Amino acid sequence: MSFALLMFFVLAGLAVLGALALILQRHPIHSALSLILVMLSLAGLYLLMGAEFVAAVQIIVYGGAVMVLFVFVIMLLNAGEEERTNFSKLASVAGIPLALALAGVIAAAIARGSGHLPSATNGELTSTRELSKLLFSEFVYPFELTSFLILVAILGAIVLAQREQN
Amino acid sequence: MTEFLSQYAFVIVPVVKIVLLVFIVLTVDAYLTWLERKVIAHIQARWGPYRVGPHGLLQPLADGAKFILKEDPTPDGVDKKVYFFAPFLTLMLALTSLAVIPFGPDIRIGSFTTNFGIADLNISLLVLFAITALSVYGIALAGWSSNNKYSLLGGLRSSAQMISYELSMTLSVVGVLLMAGSLSLKEIVQLQDNGNLGLLGWNIIGFSKDGAGFTQVIGCLCFFISAIAETNRVPFDLPEAESELVGGYHTEYASMKFAMFFIGEYTAMITVSCLSTILFFGGWLSPFPASWIWAHYLPSVILIPLGLWVIFDGIRYETILGRIVLPGLGTALVLIGVALAAFTRANELVQGPFWFFGKLFAVLFFYIWMRGTLPRFRYDQLMDFGWKFLLPVSIANVILTSAFILWRMHG
Amino acid sequence: MVPTSYYLILSAVLFGLGVLAFVFKRNIITVFMAIELMLNAVNLAFVAFSQALGKSDGEIFVLFVIVVAAAEAAVGLGIIILTARNRRSLNVERVDLLKL
Repeated sequence: MSFALLMFFVLAGLAVLGALALILQRHPIHSALSLILVMLSLAGLYLLMGAEFVAAVQIIVYGGAVMVLFVFVIMLLNAGEEERTNFSKLASVAGIPLALALAGVIAAAIARGSGHLPSATNGELTSTRELSKLLFSEFVYPFELTSFLILVAILGAIVLAQREQN
Repeated sequence: MTEFLSQYAFVIVPVVKIVLLVFIVLTVDAYLTWLERKVIAHIQARWGPYRVGPHGLLQPLADGAKFILKEDPTPDGVDKKVYFFAPFLTLMLALTSLAVIPFGPDIRIGSFTTNFGIADLNISLLVLFAITALSVYGIALAGWSSNNKYSLLGGLRSSAQMISYELSMTLSVVGVLLMAGSLSLKEIVQLQDNGNLGLLGWNIIGFSKDGAGFTQVIGCLCFFISAIAETNRVPFDLPEAESELVGGYHTEYASMKFAMFFIGEYTAMITVSCLSTILFFGGWLSPFPASWIWAHYLPSVILIPLGLWVIFDGIRYETILGRIVLPGLGTALVLIGVALAAFTRANELVQGPFWFFGKLFAVLFFYIWMRGTLPRFRYDQLMDFGWKFLLPVSIANVILTSAFILWRMHG
Repeated sequence: MVPTSYYLILSAVLFGLGVLAFVFKRNIITVFMAIELMLNAVNLAFVAFSQALGKSDGEIFVLFVIVVAAAEAAVGLGIIILTARNRRSLNVERVDLLKL
């Protein structure tokens, strides 16, 4: 069990745990905190694969801005706990094993289909310089379009959140 | 024994460094509170802590004892998981961010070379910004989970302030990145080491070997102001001001949990000051050119008179404890100074950290000086300043720096 | 060394859990968070392939996905705030005026 494999299982376990907590928690703020845990463990996985810039951007943008937005909205709208539903017994007795079986089949299919690919953790770091060269030469058109998209999103959010001017 | 050590050196060395760093940082935090109270007191024409030990030096110990022994009630109706998690998160993030800061050049003892910080990453600057971005959660969750409308308002205001000033903080650093060409903090310092230029090679003045360096004064000012807003210090401390919001997001937190917020805030202050010395003031580099050998004896030249002054002051101190402790402290300082002047190997090892900590304390003194002097901003003035003034100025700094570098590189 | 298929299986599992959360949760904000989880799962697959095949194009695309998700979250949460004000509830089952 090499160190990379051990780290993969730890981080993957955390990510799946966070996603399960997102489903099983009743209060939206706890779901938000679980999603932050998922994002942080994914950032760890990106670091394990050597994509260090993407890992840092994931934490700064997703974990530090998008999820803060979610947390603010939950606090402002005073979201409360969800009420308990009548979850049908048939679903939990038959559904969960069937879902696990489906997951197993999909996992086997993926493993068979991508077995020939080289390993993703090959110890090479993607340098930021390389990424920026690509970003500003081949992908400069999507880059400029994205800045326009962000401007439109900012304007949209401001207009939507304004109160009615009477 | 040596084979065991060398095989597991990659685990043992960082663990030793972590233990040392946490110990040193917590002590520096505690005495930073002492220094702050003394400096603010002297600005306000009074003495500050004076009784609790000679010159109030045991005041942090008394504060620590108070925090441990005080009752720690949990208010009714709080969301227990989040309430207990928030101060822990703040402290954890503040201490983690110190892992990537290089405090000096590589240590070379015999054949053993190691980095003078805990981790030396290619992207250490981005890691610091990531941790700053995450520290918003500690405050927002603390304010929300306290089941108190003043805490919620203070928490939301404080988080909004932090995310607004994060932008200009990140942008004001881009000028330095353009000049350095790397995100690694160690490399940024090494690229300010322009041979015999000393002080002039630092990023704040910006002369460099190939002439493609632009002065980063605007960047430094923007960074420093944004950093003060990020750490919620005066003049940007409306969210935790006592006269406005009772206590802001930490109203409902008592003894130990409040101590965690407190230590987290001071550690964040130290981190940001470390970052500004590394980025703009040359980190561990000496302001004197490398060819002036006499400058290597400056640590001794400063320590010996300081020690003699402490002895002189302590001999005629009022209390008996002072008359024992202060001369002892002074003698220790004098002995360290003499030892440094005598042993050149030790002197070389001490050079880097000496300048680093000297600059760090100058920046911290500036922080404390601002606290003693300036009144606080109103919240809407604060947000206006961040979005309408600092952000355009940071962007202008990026444009100016990149235009200058392009002009010098391509004629 | 970690085989690439492990990362892809993890990505599929996270995506599936995101779909489950989207279908079963009744708070609008939690449903929106499930969308973000699905986007993250896809990002993981992109980065895994990019590292396995040695080209950095996948990571550039991940940067774009992150940016677009941020813009979408901003506008989506604005809409959610308005809906919550109008319908006075955060329950998706109450936003059913178009139902027959």
